[in-house]
Amino acid sequence: MEKFDQLTGPAAPLDMANIDTDQIIPKQFLKTIDREGLGKGLFYDFRFDMEGKEKPDFVLNLPAYKGARMIVAGDNFGCGSSREHAPWALMDFGIRCVISTSFADIFYNNCFSNGLLPVVLKADEVHELMGEAKGGNHVFAVDLQAQTVVSPSGKTFGFDIDPGRKEKMLKGLDAIGETLEHASAIDRFEDKRRMTRTWATA
Amino acid sequence: MLRQKGVKPRAPLRAFGTPDHYIPTTSRDLMDMQDAEARQMAIALQNDTAAAGIPFFGLNDPRQGIIHVVAPEQGMSRPGMLIVCGDSHTSTHGALGALAFGIGASEVAHVLATQTLWQRKPRSMRVTLTGKLGPGVVAKDIILALIAKISAAGASGYAVEYAGPAIDALTVEGRMTLCNMTIEAGGRAGMIAPDEATFAYIEGRPYAPKGADWDKAVAAWRRLKTDTDAVFDREIALDVSTLSPMVTWGNSPEAAAPITGRVPLLEEAANAEKRGVMERAFAYMGLTPGMPLTDIAIDRVFIGSCTNARIEDLQSAAAVVRGRKVAEGVEAWVVPGSGLVKAEAEKLGLDQVFKEAGFQWREAGCSMCLATNGDKLLPGQRAASTTNRNFVGRQGPGSRTHLMSPAMAAAAAVTGHLTDVRDLMGER
Repeated sequence: MEKFDQLTGPAAPLDMANIDTDQIIPKQFLKTIDREGLGKGLFYDFRFDMEGKEKPDFVLNLPAYKGARMIVAGDNFGCGSSREHAPWALMDFGIRCVISTSFADIFYNNCFSNGLLPVVLKADEVHELMGEAKGGNHVFAVDLQAQTVVSPSGKTFGFDIDPGRKEKMLKGLDAIGETLEHASAIDRFEDKRRMTRTWATA
Repeated sequence: MLRQKGVKPRAPLRAFGTPDHYIPTTSRDLMDMQDAEARQMAIALQNDTAAAGIPFFGLNDPRQGIIHVVAPEQGMSRPGMLIVCGDSHTSTHGALGALAFGIGASEVAHVLATQTLWQRKPRSMRVTLTGKLGPGVVAKDIILALIAKISAAGASGYAVEYAGPAIDALTVEGRMTLCNMTIEAGGRAGMIAPDEATFAYIEGRPYAPKGADWDKAVAAWRRLKTDTDAVFDREIALDVSTLSPMVTWGNSPEAAAPITGRVPLLEEAANAEKRGVMERAFAYMGLTPGMPLTDIAIDRVFIGSCTNARIEDLQSAAAVVRGRKVAEGVEAWVVPGSGLVKAEAEKLGLDQVFKEAGFQWREAGCSMCLATNGDKLLPGQRAASTTNRNFVGRQGPGSRTHLMSPAMAAAAAVTGHLTDVRDLMGER
């Protein structure tokens, strides 16, 4: 997984609630388990019309937001399908951080498998950042170590994050390798379970 | 992912695979798949499970179907289990007293490699359902009404237990519909404590424990009940006797209303953001604010998906369709949830009921629920669908989806517009 420590870059405002993973990456782009190139399908139906032409008014198509590295979004971002292509597509497009009031659980977990930082802030804070992202200067700075987002106007917002997840993300650790260091504990658990649940021995 | 890391599955016999998302519903031959990339995905699943020793029901296996239909049907999903799958509707299996939830592809690789997953304990929510369902009102209506009440993010961060007299009275298949759509309220998992109905459902299924093991298992499963003094982080109560058949009008499952109602007015939006969502939904769905829901004419009907393609679902739809015809200009499909559901329906003659009415009777799979296999609506087409998501583009680019129960979808098929199925009951 790609590590994440600090990020400074333009943030695009996506002022909509319940942006689902079908919107983030539509089904026609799912027929692969390669992560490369998925960025072209990111928010496809927002970015392109039926003929495949760019919709000029969608935020990520505006010249000011080309090269966006972050998104400020409405509630319940990433709801719907468990497709990990959603964080893959965001990452491939260049997005490394999404700020919202809430994320759907599976999407939230998928972010941490991939080095995409989901930042949860309170509704009034997200509202304020949304406003700044819509403004002329929309370069934000995120610091995972310090757990802060600094807005273009210089205001600092602190966020909470699980310490274990923070550590893994800062170091870009491989989760499987990490877990297999606990193999003997897993063995002990499974041995015990074999004794107590004799009807389920597969 | 495992191959890249040089890691083997730790317990292949505790895993299971069957193709459902990408496969055709017109043929049982992988070589008939027109889309080379999708065919490659299906072939890779077959080859990789074989190489790893993971049990697999291939496309030509009569037991193949939608994973969330197949695993309970086979007795693979049982009380007390922890079940994960790379699909959000894994919450379905909670109906059998399991803790079941969807995960991403990296997490699937992690589970295969280690049989473990790092988790934070979710908050707990209990939904207590009281009262008796009226005629024509089913599990799908309960869950749509609940999501409308608590919102599409109302259960985010929670594991949800469904309890109460209305749950005791619900069939195991109905319970699956309820748990299935818990994810549409944002819930981590939906669960129901195992009871006699659960045990009766599981007993005798191919993967269920047998003989003395069965007795030991049931004795242990009986203990899997919530303590009477347990405290939940959030409690919701719903009297199901107040419910009518539900349909959705917007692009989130929370945009649901009783069929006796109408499309809302913009002024009824709770705030400016919701008003924006509503405005976009009206434009996308081609609806006029305030119009009666029963005035919405449909082009297509889809009866299928992990939410509503089990035998009871097909029976309730067939009861409405029997002796009637699909309305002119409407294309209606039934896609059974598994090969075994299809076979059972055929034994009961349901296929004839549907075919005589003008329905297409297809092979098992996820099909037009998410339209990854090429089964889809044309842009602008409107469907009455027994599925779980009405998102923008979900059933194909430009598709317009109204979610409802199988009987309600059947009613829409024969009238050509959204219809209160109760108006067709008893009148023939």
